[in-house]
Amino acid sequence: MTKIEKYVPVVGQSAIDDLNLLSHRLKGKIIQNINSTPVGGGVAEILNRMIEFLTELGVDARWDVIKGGEAFFEVTKKFHNALHGRPAEITQHDFDIFIETSEKNIKDVHIYGDIVFIHDPQPIALIKKKDNNRWIWRCHIDVSNPNERVWGFLMNFIASYDSVVFSAPTFSRELPVRQFLISPSIDPLSDKNKELLPEEIDKVLAKYEISKDKPIVTQISRFDRLKDPVGVLEAYKQVKQYIDCQLILAGGTALDDPEGIEVLEEVKTRAKEDEDIHILLLPQNDIEVNALQRASTVIVQKSLKEGFGLTVAEALWKAKPVVAGNVGGIPLQIKHKYSGLLCHSVEGAAFAIKQILNNPEYAKKLGENGREHIKNNFLITRHLRDYMLLFLSLYHKEDVVYL
Amino acid sequence: MELNRAKEPFRFFTRLHLSELIGLRASTLVQLLELIKNVPGSSIYHHTHRFLQQHQYLSPEPPNDFAYWVTNVLGERELGERLASIDTIQFFTIRNLRDKIVKTIDEYLKTNSQAKLRFSHQGGEFHFIKSISFVIPTDYIVHNLEEFKDVLKKITIDSIYYHIFEARLRLEKGMNDFSNWIETSVGDMKLAKDISRLDPYTYTLEELRKVIIRKIERRR
Repeated sequence: MTKIEKYVPVVGQSAIDDLNLLSHRLKGKIIQNINSTPVGGGVAEILNRMIEFLTELGVDARWDVIKGGEAFFEVTKKFHNALHGRPAEITQHDFDIFIETSEKNIKDVHIYGDIVFIHDPQPIALIKKKDNNRWIWRCHIDVSNPNERVWGFLMNFIASYDSVVFSAPTFSRELPVRQFLISPSIDPLSDKNKELLPEEIDKVLAKYEISKDKPIVTQISRFDRLKDPVGVLEAYKQVKQYIDCQLILAGGTALDDPEGIEVLEEVKTRAKEDEDIHILLLPQNDIEVNALQRASTVIVQKSLKEGFGLTVAEALWKAKPVVAGNVGGIPLQIKHKYSGLLCHSVEGAAFAIKQILNNPEYAKKLGENGREHIKNNFLITRHLRDYMLLFLSLYHKEDVVYL
Repeated sequence: MELNRAKEPFRFFTRLHLSELIGLRASTLVQLLELIKNVPGSSIYHHTHRFLQQHQYLSPEPPNDFAYWVTNVLGERELGERLASIDTIQFFTIRNLRDKIVKTIDEYLKTNSQAKLRFSHQGGEFHFIKSISFVIPTDYIVHNLEEFKDVLKKITIDSIYYHIFEARLRLEKGMNDFSNWIETSVGDMKLAKDISRLDPYTYTLEELRKVIIRKIERRR
């Protein structure tokens, strides 16, 4: 059995047949993906799987990585924050560093793709090498309210692409190039999302000394201001006055991120001596994340800004009721009161958590609807299909394309 | 009853779609109205048909994005209800459907002038999207109703969607492909009419599949 066939029991044979129909039409085309890191982060994770599946489907997809020193990546991190709309001081020197490294990459990176698929801002300047081939820029960032100076700088490059791709409609604006909406996805068979045995879940709970006797409220996210772990903790405290429950705040270690450490310390201080609060610095351990999500009574993702918020899709796929911030791609995943509850404040989050904890039947229904929605719209097979359609769209300008 | 060979075979197609953002947004009802008048037909089509493919189960969402936004973001429930109850099956072109939506909003604004004052919250604007359809022939070709029914049982819902919705309205064929073939090639007027009389907008695609199969079986 090929890897892609393993998805038949989840998405049905017809979805896999569609992928084969499309892949035949991409024969002879080389898809060259370029990003800035081979490991770590959501983009590299998705690329890894995409390349594997596309290759299996007979599409010639390859992946290259640009080079950049510490100064370059500091600048691109600043860009990232500024594009998210956070206050950031960007100097001319920062732009100079970006251009200098980009020039080196323009010189060194070999472009051979019929379709060149650039991921995020770091390699965006490679468009200067555009020839007779087609170029796509994939933006994974929430640019609904970007720092206009940085956005303006990037526009110098964006305008030369054939198409750009965003994860949510709110990120779009009038552009001189075609723009498509493609949501990211989760892999239902990965360690983070596959079914687990009850013993496996219990083992993880025992390891972190989490009780099974009280409801569990969980947020799994980096300790980052934009994920608002402090807000989650405050919401939990409001709930705790009425319902005896536990809180898990679990996130990746970010020891090279000074702000992450600061946020973590603040969370720890506010948690004080409450033994029902579990602050877990999880290493990259997908099985443990999976187990914690499955053990939870309600999952929270109280983000203030969000590129997409795949932890919501992960939770809904496990049929968990979710309370989440109404930002970025989250409202695409949750229809309020139908497949989860959306909130805009600490008080709103606390109220929603109480509603879920006090009404198990309602909670169950929210989770079930959520799982169905994820199954139809946010699994990796849909993502693969959209990418292949995107590649084909580069050769067709009309609204109804006969293949 | 023996099923006669059709005059012409029927080939099943499938349709996959990609959402193209057109970069236009509305934060008031007046802006929404102006944009609805001017966006490409593919965008009107997207916002009135998206739910059919994204929700393969009945959801409490109204059947078009305009109604959802007007109700849930602007809080104009009455207009939302009027937009949600537009009977899409009555329209044979996107142009006519667009005119009906425009007329509905226009009339509401004339009698509810305070509705012009409502703004969406930041981030809650209506973003216009259009559907790019990719139509692909499948290997399924049938020569009589029995074969047709067997394929209908296993074909993707995207294929059913294409022949029932896209062919009739977007491609302006006036009638769905199934009824058209059954009438002109199979010669069973009654069955063709029975299928074309269905309001497909009130079924999920899986339900629609079952209903059509049942109609074919019951004709015996």
